[in-house]
Amino acid sequence: MAYSDKVVDHFNNPRNVGSLDKNDPNVGTGIVGAPECGDVMKLQIQVDDDNRVVDAKFKTFGCGSAIASSSLATEWIRDKTLDEVMEIKNTDIVRELSLPPVKIHCSVLAEDAIKAAVADLKRKQAARPHEKAKEAQPAG
Amino acid sequence: MKMPVYMDYAATTPVDPRVLEAMMPYFTEHFGNAASRSHSFGWAAEEAIKNARQQVASLIGAKDSEIIWTSGATESNNIAVKGSAAIYKEKGNHIITQATEHKAVIDPCKYLERQGFRVTFLPVDKYGVIDLDQLRGTVTDDTILVSIMYANNEIGTVQPIAEIGRLCKERGILFHTDATQAFGKLPIDVEAMGIDLMSCSGHKIYGPKGVGALYVRRKNPRVRCEPVLHGGGHERGMRSGTLNVPGIVGMGRAAEIAKAEMEQDAKRSAAHRQRLWGRISGELEQITLNGHPEQHLPNLLNVSFSYVEGESLMMGFNDIAVSSGSACTSASLEPSYVLKALGVGEDLAHSSLRFSFGRFTTDEEIEYTADRVIESVKRLREMSPLYEMAKEGVDLSKVEWQAH
Repeated sequence: MAYSDKVVDHFNNPRNVGSLDKNDPNVGTGIVGAPECGDVMKLQIQVDDDNRVVDAKFKTFGCGSAIASSSLATEWIRDKTLDEVMEIKNTDIVRELSLPPVKIHCSVLAEDAIKAAVADLKRKQAARPHEKAKEAQPAG
Repeated sequence: MKMPVYMDYAATTPVDPRVLEAMMPYFTEHFGNAASRSHSFGWAAEEAIKNARQQVASLIGAKDSEIIWTSGATESNNIAVKGSAAIYKEKGNHIITQATEHKAVIDPCKYLERQGFRVTFLPVDKYGVIDLDQLRGTVTDDTILVSIMYANNEIGTVQPIAEIGRLCKERGILFHTDATQAFGKLPIDVEAMGIDLMSCSGHKIYGPKGVGALYVRRKNPRVRCEPVLHGGGHERGMRSGTLNVPGIVGMGRAAEIAKAEMEQDAKRSAAHRQRLWGRISGELEQITLNGHPEQHLPNLLNVSFSYVEGESLMMGFNDIAVSSGSACTSASLEPSYVLKALGVGEDLAHSSLRFSFGRFTTDEEIEYTADRVIESVKRLREMSPLYEMAKEGVDLSKVEWQAH
C-alpha cells in the first residue's frame, strides 16, 4: 500500500513519543485497542489548572497509519482546552493524513484514545473535588 | 548493492537471463501453435514443448507424458482437487487436506464441500507439521483424495511427504501435493514418494509467470482428472487451450537449471538463512522463529518480533521487499491463518515477517537486511506501549483490552 507523504513523515519523525507520569493528578491516560487486533494506542495528556493541555505523549503498537494518527492527535491536542480537544473527530484525521478506507479504523482509534485520556483525567479530578476547590482559592 | 533489496522470492522470482534467452525465439521466430500438425511452424513449437516436458519430468522423476501444462499452480491445484473428485466420486466422497494449505487448495476443497463432499482439514503441530497417526485415523473407506502441500509458503515447513505417500498407497487413496515452493529447491521423486498428483509453477523457480504444470500419474494407478477448462482436448483432455509455448519453454529451461544447480542454490540459501537468523536472534530479544527448526525450505525465514506490528516494521525499511503475516497487509484485515493454525497468538501473527531469498541474493543484501530489521525493531519498540508494559512487568495476556 502506498502511504501519503504526511503519514510517512509522521512515521519517520513521530511527534511527542513517550510517556507522562500516569500517577500525576493532572495527567490523563487513554489506552485503546488490543494486541490481537494489531493496534494498541496509549495517549496521555497533561493539563494546567485551567484544564488546558500543556503536554501530550503517545506510544502506539500498530501499522504506519496508526502511528501517524496518534502522532498527529498529540500535535492537535496541545494548547487546547479539554472542551476543544473533545471536538476533534476521526474524520479530521482521515482528511489530514489522506487515509484510505481500509485505514479509517486507525483514525477512529486515535479519537477513542483522546476521549479515553480525557475521561481518565476527569475521573481523577472528580475523585478530589475538595483539593481542587482549595487550589482554586486565591493565595494568601 | 542494487536498491531496493528483494527478499520475497517465495512470492515470485526474477526470470533467470538463461531462461529468457531460451524463451525469446518462441515469441517471434518460432511462434507456431503446438497443436498445428500440418506445418513446420507447429512442429517447431511441438518439439519445444516436448523438450520442456522432458525437462520438468526429469526434475521430479516422472515420465514426460505425465506432465500437464497449466497456467500456474492455482490452476494445477484446481484440476487436481476438483478434477479428481469429479472422477472418483463413485468411489467415495471424503477428502483429507490440512489447515495450512495455500488458498488454491483450501478454496477448491471448500467448493467441493458445498457440492456435498466431506472434507477433513487436519490440524498441524506448533511447527506446522501434520500428525501421521491422525491422518491414518481420519482415513475411511470413503476417502478418495489426500492433498497435503510439500512445503508451506509462509513458514517453509516441509511435510513428511514420503510417509504420507506410503500411507495413501496402502489404502489405495490418491495423493496430491502442492509442491509450488519445494519444486526446484528440494529433491522430489514422485515414484519414491508415492505422489499421484503434483502441482508446480514456473515463476517460483526463475521461470516466467503464467505457466505451471500438473504431474498426473499414468501407471499404478492410472490417475484421471475431469478438466476444469473444456475445449480442444489438449493435454490428454485434462486441460484445453492453446499452449503458452514461450512460457512452457521458459519453465522447462528453469527446471533444467534448477536441477543442475539445486545443490549450490540450496547451500547458498541455507547459509544466508543462517546468517540472517543469527544476526537477528543475536541482537534482538523476544523474537520467535515460525516454522519447523529443521524440516524447512532452505530459502525462507519467518520471524515474529514481539511488541511491534508487521506493517509498520516493513514501513521502517521500505527499501527492502518482504512479506508480513499482519492483518494490515491483507485485504481481509485478518492476520495469517497459517500462523494461527500453529497456535501462534494473534498478537504475534501481526508481528511476523517472512524473508525469502534465492539465486541472486548476495551476502551484502543479507547484512543490510539484518541491519535495517534490527534498527527498525528497536526504534518501534521504543514507540510501543506493549513493550513498555512488558518491561514494567505487566502480563499482557491478563490485560483487559478494549477490542474494537
